[in-house]
Amino acid sequence: MLKIENLHVRVDDTPILKGISLDIKPGEVHAIMGPNGSGKSTLSHVLAGRAGYEVTAGTVSYLGRSLLEMKPEERAREGVFLAFQYPVEIAGVSNIYLLKAALNAIRKHKGLSEVDAMDFLKLVKEKIKAVNLDEQFLYRGVNEGFSGGEKKRNEILQMAVLEPRLCILDETDSGLDIDALRLVAEGVNSLRSPDRSFILVTHYQRLLNYIKPDCVHVLAYGRIVKSGDASLALELEKKGYGWVDQLVSVGA
Amino acid sequence: MSATAKTLDKLIKKEYAPGFVTDLEADTLPPGLNEDVIRAISAKKNEPEFMLEWRLEAFRHWLSMEEPKWAFVHYGPIDYQAISYYSAPKTREPPKSLDEVDPKLLETYNKLGIPLYEQERLAGVAIDAVFDSVSVATTFKEKLAAAGVIFCSMSEAIQNHPDLVKQYLGSVVPPGDNFFAALNSAVFSDGSFVYIPKGVRCPMELSTYFRINAAKTGQFERTLIIAEESSYVSYLEGCTAPMRDENQLHAAVVELVALDNAEIKYSTVQNWYPGDEEGRGGIYNFVTKRGDCRGRKSKISWTQVETGSAITWKYPSCILRGDESVGEFYSVAVTNHCQQADTGTKMIHLGKNTKSTIISKGISAGRAQNSYRGLVKILKSAENARNYTQCDSLLIGDRCGAHTFPYIEVKQPTAQVEHEATTSKISEDQLFFCMQRGLSAEDAVSMIVNGFCKQVFKELPMEFAVEAQALLGISLEGSVG
Repeated sequence: MLKIENLHVRVDDTPILKGISLDIKPGEVHAIMGPNGSGKSTLSHVLAGRAGYEVTAGTVSYLGRSLLEMKPEERAREGVFLAFQYPVEIAGVSNIYLLKAALNAIRKHKGLSEVDAMDFLKLVKEKIKAVNLDEQFLYRGVNEGFSGGEKKRNEILQMAVLEPRLCILDETDSGLDIDALRLVAEGVNSLRSPDRSFILVTHYQRLLNYIKPDCVHVLAYGRIVKSGDASLALELEKKGYGWVDQLVSVGA
Repeated sequence: MSATAKTLDKLIKKEYAPGFVTDLEADTLPPGLNEDVIRAISAKKNEPEFMLEWRLEAFRHWLSMEEPKWAFVHYGPIDYQAISYYSAPKTREPPKSLDEVDPKLLETYNKLGIPLYEQERLAGVAIDAVFDSVSVATTFKEKLAAAGVIFCSMSEAIQNHPDLVKQYLGSVVPPGDNFFAALNSAVFSDGSFVYIPKGVRCPMELSTYFRINAAKTGQFERTLIIAEESSYVSYLEGCTAPMRDENQLHAAVVELVALDNAEIKYSTVQNWYPGDEEGRGGIYNFVTKRGDCRGRKSKISWTQVETGSAITWKYPSCILRGDESVGEFYSVAVTNHCQQADTGTKMIHLGKNTKSTIISKGISAGRAQNSYRGLVKILKSAENARNYTQCDSLLIGDRCGAHTFPYIEVKQPTAQVEHEATTSKISEDQLFFCMQRGLSAEDAVSMIVNGFCKQVFKELPMEFAVEAQALLGISLEGSVG
């Protein structure tokens, strides 16, 4: 699905990612953990195509195509979805309008006709139940006046409607109380399928209590310093990020 | 007969020469403005004596006035003697079919989703090609006549309804009101006239589209709408496609009169030629629009979507004279490239329990400057008057400007005046978010802008709202990287 090889990224002449390699197969869930400033969000944004990041070396292949050569909207239409750490508010644009515009952009890209209005409404109402948001949220401005938890659930709603192939969740668990966390996790779990992959970027292990990853990678100082299975997250939780520094110095 | 008079006489006679449509050059007065030119205009239109006197008085007044300089717009001096004051708007040979029309213009029409027959009309294709609208216009005229509604050109009104014209013309915007209104009063060539009799709810929305001779309306048009007691009318004024005329002065005057319990809803979508990206060409749109809520419980509502013109100087206003009368102003003003807009409204509260609402949305992109200028004036007589003003600006990019000049004058202690203002910017975060959901940058901008303008668009009649949205998209094309 996604193969990252030796990715180097700079922001304003400061190297942030210094040789990341990852191989994510269809259906897999990879968690990327690491202390603040390790480059986790940079990796998410580079994969989604945000401007302001300079790739100085490496390749990223997504479904056999070079991801880095695609425009952000093309990546989205090809099935790359980023759930934002800080979802933006767009006043006056209703949630349902955005969802429909996004879904139609993706359908158009695939050569499909625009979604039928009634079918769409049915689909959205079904999906919104799953994230436990009231239907009135569909008619409110995108994230306008939403609480932190509602914003994150709204991201999952978009993910559920757009049905991407590769979902990147950028610290979706940050700032969530335990109930909201469970709802978000349930949303993700219900979307797991053999041809959909996930990258969970997170600071804490607790999200992984609810979503069981296939692989856990520890990112520090722009490099993946350790990879393992779900037990690595627990070990990291126990030993703390101080342990990471030990790993780095041992590796160095 | 003096030499000048002879020349003028010759000019006047030319009007009747056959080939009015094909030989348009013959129907243009030479540039320059003096009393003889005004006499010629009045004579060409075969106007009664009172109209000529009215025009001359306005002209004399105009001579004593100075062009206003207080607006936040910048342009070179206008040579008023270099303008021809009587000219059919289509100075070129009208194209015989769409094949002869500038393809760029057609591209815009297609983007707007304007049907083919309407495209022909907008592009000024000779009228005989437009068979559809002719039949539409006929049924429509019959329906209006049955309701007793008068809807005709100002020239026809002067001929056929001189008493109404005499009574109301200039009663809201007096000839000496301001520099551009005085100029208009002296030289106006045509415009629309609407009269809704007592108790009549106009059976359809009136628009210049249906008034065939609107095509002959010049750049100094004059519109007068009178709503008698307990009547209602919705009037649409639209230039829904770019006019290709460059460097033109457009100084129109619109007067609305609402008597007891009457309501007038006036909607405008303005898309005059804004000039090119470098600011060359474009219309100077200096317009005076004012409504007089003369009667008790009367209501006047202005809705405008302004996307065109190089310079816009326009303040559709309401005089809330009748007790319990209501004034509303909903505005979207978009400026891109080098456009400058100084627009807003005036709400003058005279009557008791009068209410006014102002919702203004300014959008600025490119190097444009967008100013809201509004006056809320509550006089001593206006007990319990209320005003609510909301004034929002949206910036796209970092080279444009948004300015707000609210003036509030309150002479009555029971008045309630609220003013809210915001300025925001389309952020990179918003754009990236939308693109990450699959939208192109341009679709994202247009979606965000439409969201910003929603409060105003919902005031527009349905078809107009659709056009306005499409228009915004086009106006802001190329405004993001």
